[in-house]
Amino acid sequence: MVAKEGKAAKQKKPFNLAKWAKSREGQKTIIIIAFITIPLLLLLVFTYLPFAEMVKFSFYKMKYATPVEKRVFVGWKNYIDVFKRDDCFSALKLSLYYMVGALLQLAIALYLATILSFKTKCSGLFKGLMFFPYLISGIAIGFIFKFFYTRGYVFDTVLQWCGFNLNDLPYWLKDQSVNNISLVATSVWRYFGQNMVLFIGAIMSVDKEMYEAAELDGANQFQQFIHIILPSIRTIVTLNIILSITGSLSAFEPPYVITSGANGTGTYFVIMNEIAHVSQKVGLASAMAVVLLLIIFAATIAQKLIMKYLFRNADEEDEIKTKKKVKVAKGAN
Amino acid sequence: MEKTHKIKHRSVGGWIWVVVKYFSLIFFSFVAVLPVVSCVITAFKTDEEYASTNVMQLPESFLNFDNFVTAFKTAHMGRAFINSGIVLVFVLLGAIIVGTQLAYVLNRFKFPGNGLIRNLFLFASLLPAVAMQVTVYKIMGTLGFINHLYGYIIMSMGTDVISIYIFIQFMENIPVSLDESAIIDGASYFQIYWKIMLPLLQPAIVTSMILKGVNTYNEYYAASLYLQDQNIRTIAMSLYTFTGPLGSRYNLICAGVIISLLPALIIFIICQKQIYSGITAGAVKG
Repeated sequence: MVAKEGKAAKQKKPFNLAKWAKSREGQKTIIIIAFITIPLLLLLVFTYLPFAEMVKFSFYKMKYATPVEKRVFVGWKNYIDVFKRDDCFSALKLSLYYMVGALLQLAIALYLATILSFKTKCSGLFKGLMFFPYLISGIAIGFIFKFFYTRGYVFDTVLQWCGFNLNDLPYWLKDQSVNNISLVATSVWRYFGQNMVLFIGAIMSVDKEMYEAAELDGANQFQQFIHIILPSIRTIVTLNIILSITGSLSAFEPPYVITSGANGTGTYFVIMNEIAHVSQKVGLASAMAVVLLLIIFAATIAQKLIMKYLFRNADEEDEIKTKKKVKVAKGAN
Repeated sequence: MEKTHKIKHRSVGGWIWVVVKYFSLIFFSFVAVLPVVSCVITAFKTDEEYASTNVMQLPESFLNFDNFVTAFKTAHMGRAFINSGIVLVFVLLGAIIVGTQLAYVLNRFKFPGNGLIRNLFLFASLLPAVAMQVTVYKIMGTLGFINHLYGYIIMSMGTDVISIYIFIQFMENIPVSLDESAIIDGASYFQIYWKIMLPLLQPAIVTSMILKGVNTYNEYYAASLYLQDQNIRTIAMSLYTFTGPLGSRYNLICAGVIISLLPALIIFIICQKQIYSGITAGAVKG
């Protein structure tokens, strides 16, 4: 009996497989595999494989073209170099400029977003003009600002209109006391409109009735800002403040496209890029990348904790909301 | 009625606020526009004019398109526009198909690894692109993808957390009952994806296409590593022609820059709303 049943099962198996492929379960598995393979493959090949290679390369002395057997294992030497060389780790202090710039940019964006969220004439036009820089390519921005800051050109001319004397003005991209500030300014220029649009979106998601109620109660616009707008968008503002910290650690574009890192404007990534693609010290560049990635992870974990701490009450509210959502979703299921 | 009433009784402080408000808006709009406008002015100047006049002085004629023609020719921008077009079509098509399919599976099916895959994509977004290129470059070399348009296209299709999140968020609002009734009618999962999800996802697709499109069009760093040959350069890359010996002929450079940003400007004017909503949607998770 048992043997017979076993035989029957064996005979059924191929039949079962075909049936399984037609069944809901089988179809589900097939579609999951079919739809997930390519994105996962792309993610692995272009993100996680390079990530693993980066960690590996950071222990070797090698160039891109060095064949595998000729790579020299050097242990922690690359990491020690990252901290010892004057041009590597110390470049991170330039991040401070970018951090200050990012905070300034957020303040400007928040201010303008608040203005535009009240009734304003031509608000669409203003919004569009201030947002447009975000859509210009980095390389075009490089040319625009090389031109903008050239001695006697656009910026100097405008300052002369305001009564400055050309001889009192520094060379904006050469003078080491101002050139980093000039570069940070281009980054603020490029992104403040984008941040503003983001904040306007957040402000618009506040219930309109709240403003109307506040206005009826005689609150002026400043009071409305403090008591209604700010509390309701504090999550996104805090998130952006924290993001600006990691963002400034990895500052790259302004110096790369405008000064190529000359005259003391080389940020950490500009130098890493040069070490990797010009001097081809792939091991050292990999070690630099790994060090910064570790710092970014640490910062990200710290961010999460800070956010949790700052918004523990708001989180509870959110939780209740999501629970409701989940219930609704489950109901739909 | 009520409005006129209000304006009449605006206090002194109220008026000051109105002045400050419009002054700020005009000031920051001026700041935003000035670098680009100065570029436009210069692009219309002849060499002699450029050499002899102040950069902010208007050109003699706004009909002098010589610089645009020269810039277009020297940087081979015709070819570059075609290349950018090819890259855009394939990257967008690929990213949309791959992204919506992944989002569909992640949103509609529970299976082991669902959470892990989401986290893998989220974690990937933390890695700065510039740092990753140190070793991506090596892999691109191994695959034989360097200096081939298809290599760059395939690389650009991957790792895009923001559109995946836009799609997933959007799908959460598409009732599952739609899927279920389709199943009862005998539809396969692929048909549900193709005939129900894709059409309903259209607004999200437009949003993510515009965002990804602008990013792809403007991308120059990876392009500078992988698209060196003259005949496969994209528009952003073609601007590199103006470094080196041409580096100080700003009337020519400005013309090139203006040509390169015209498509973005046109898309922006047509699709402002989608771009704004894309920025807001992308930021919630990103």
